[in-house]
Amino acid sequence: MNSRATATIHGWLLLLPAMACLALFTHWPAVASFIESFYSTPRARRPARFIGLDNYQQMLADPIFWKAMSNNLWFAIGTIPASIALALLMAVWVNDKIVGRTWVRMAFFTPTILPMIAVANIWLFFFTPQYGLLEQIVGFFGGRSTNWLGSQDTALYAITIVAIWKEAGFFMIFYLAALQALPPSLGEAAAIEGASRWTYFRRIQFPLLMPTTLFVLINAVINAFRMVDHIFVMTRGGPDNATTLLLFYIYQVGFSFWDTAYAATLTCVLLALLALVAFVQYGILERRTHYR
Amino acid sequence: MDRREFLGGTAAIAGAAALPGSALAQSAEISFFYPVAVGGPITKLIDTYAADFEKANPSIKLKPIYAGTYQETIVKALTAHKSGTPPVTSVLLSTDMFTLIDEEAIVPFDDFIKTEDDKKWLAGFYPGFMENSQTGGKTWGIPFQRSTIVLYWNKELFKEAGLDPEKPPQTWAEHLEFAQKLTKRDASGNVTQWGTQIPSSGFPYWLFQALTTEADALLMNPAGDTTYYDKPGVVEALQYWIDLSQKHKVHPPGIVEWGTTPKDFFEKKVAMIWTTTGNLTNVRSNAKFPFGVAMLPSHKRRGSPTGGGNFYISKKATPAQQQAAFQFIKWITQPERAAQWSIDTGYVAVSKAAYETEAMKKYVVDFPPAAVARDQLEFAVAELSTHENQRVTKALNDGLQAALTGTKPAQKAMEDAQAEAERILKPYR
Repeated sequence: MNSRATATIHGWLLLLPAMACLALFTHWPAVASFIESFYSTPRARRPARFIGLDNYQQMLADPIFWKAMSNNLWFAIGTIPASIALALLMAVWVNDKIVGRTWVRMAFFTPTILPMIAVANIWLFFFTPQYGLLEQIVGFFGGRSTNWLGSQDTALYAITIVAIWKEAGFFMIFYLAALQALPPSLGEAAAIEGASRWTYFRRIQFPLLMPTTLFVLINAVINAFRMVDHIFVMTRGGPDNATTLLLFYIYQVGFSFWDTAYAATLTCVLLALLALVAFVQYGILERRTHYR
Repeated sequence: MDRREFLGGTAAIAGAAALPGSALAQSAEISFFYPVAVGGPITKLIDTYAADFEKANPSIKLKPIYAGTYQETIVKALTAHKSGTPPVTSVLLSTDMFTLIDEEAIVPFDDFIKTEDDKKWLAGFYPGFMENSQTGGKTWGIPFQRSTIVLYWNKELFKEAGLDPEKPPQTWAEHLEFAQKLTKRDASGNVTQWGTQIPSSGFPYWLFQALTTEADALLMNPAGDTTYYDKPGVVEALQYWIDLSQKHKVHPPGIVEWGTTPKDFFEKKVAMIWTTTGNLTNVRSNAKFPFGVAMLPSHKRRGSPTGGGNFYISKKATPAQQQAAFQFIKWITQPERAAQWSIDTGYVAVSKAAYETEAMKKYVVDFPPAAVARDQLEFAVAELSTHENQRVTKALNDGLQAALTGTKPAQKAMEDAQAEAERILKPYR
């Protein structure tokens, strides 16, 4: 056996464990969900049978599915730009030489390391009517009492804010790392040319951070469909499905209603959505983010 | 199950039949799923019970597995069932009975009831608890950690409002009247103290069922295949709840969070709360003012649904394991143990005999509120439970929350919920 073939075999053998894990826990479940979405849910006396597109028709006629989709859209619109902007702002700030910046960095990063369930329980009390933190602040300025989580108009905003708070610190770390990798000579050159702080950020820092922004954007989009832990604690999808997001609904259908086939159908929609988003981002945006 | 195990099981059953009530000769290992989210006093109690039981029955190994919340526990138990190795016995919500039957995950207890002693034991449980444990003439669950809804009131605030601090409201009209006196507003009209509150997050149907029972309306039939969400009594009950907040403004608007309700009570933001007897120990240790515990006010009658968990035995376990699990369940629900369990946890003791034990009698004298839940059991009804339980319940929850947040009038909300429940339940008739 020549050395080239040996190297190939070695290469594949090294890849094998990771490949096996991926195939077993990621690719196969996705394919299995896709297949299952064309079958009925197996019950004790009625095994699964092929029903074609029935599950998809049921989905299109399901008002809660559409509610979850529109909620998820608003949740994404609320969380993605806000958390990225906030992360960038915090990163630029703590990148400067300010007193106690280690502490500030740590403070900004704290929400990321806290478990979401614990955090949601704390936020539950922030949003509590009458004596919650938010109420006390509003009350101090003479505002009216609001039941943030208990009203259909505000509940989705409330859980969006928690998500932004949770994510911004995480994205800040990526921006901070990228900012520290920028050569200081650029900043010095800008200073000699007399560029203002804003021009320096807009013309130099921000364009150079584009690859990071793309990476963060992809993560933010995925998280907008993936972050549902706090909903279990704070609203359980209520009031009247006002905070039901797609993944939360999938869990409910799959593990509360045990309608596994319908849950698989919903999962396929989620996968298709994420695939589409990834395609747009990698295929189109990435081409524009490179700089010379 | 391999052949030898099967034969062993058959022999054990034969042995048990020949010597009624005697311990099994064969050894069996039984796994036991118990719903508890975090460690602490309750897991310690269960561990102690397991050790005591093993001492009394050396041939049986009992393995308690703490499986998280009720929801997580049933997910784990049913997943294990589908993969072929379920826990031999588990404590799951009494309302999941139909789901477990439909999945063919459990066996009825009737086959294990052989002696007079067994029959007496089964007849000893409060009928209010058995309603959620029996269907089609068979017993599928044994009540273990059960609760009902009661009214907690702040005696200090009652006195301030000029009410007799020892007299809780007896009727719906009185409940409203007291709540009006107990609601305080500041100069700009903001409410600083609410009269009453009934939590409506997560599982509003449970508290709502107290109101419907009091309005003398039923939510479902015992066969679990028909709901009555749009009946006049049900709509009347919902209208009363809505009016408390939207018309009379003595109840916080929108959805009231279940989890923060006890805290609202401790902070004196509300004078009366409706919540589970399971909060008794919590309120007792955290309320810094004298409080009372009362039966819920009546309208056409008194009433509250029961709640909480039952023991189930898995269908896929071997007969020897099932028999051993039965023995354990019977052992742990004996009056002395049920009494101690109730004292330690705040759950309602499940049999009349438990309240007649010395320990329980003494406890009730020291802490009279503990007897309220027992006395209310006489009026208790089965918690809402149907086939496809969680989905049918969600239809009602969504309707209730829509009505309470003002997006749908009561009548329309209940009609929509009923239509959805009809659609889901049709195949089960």
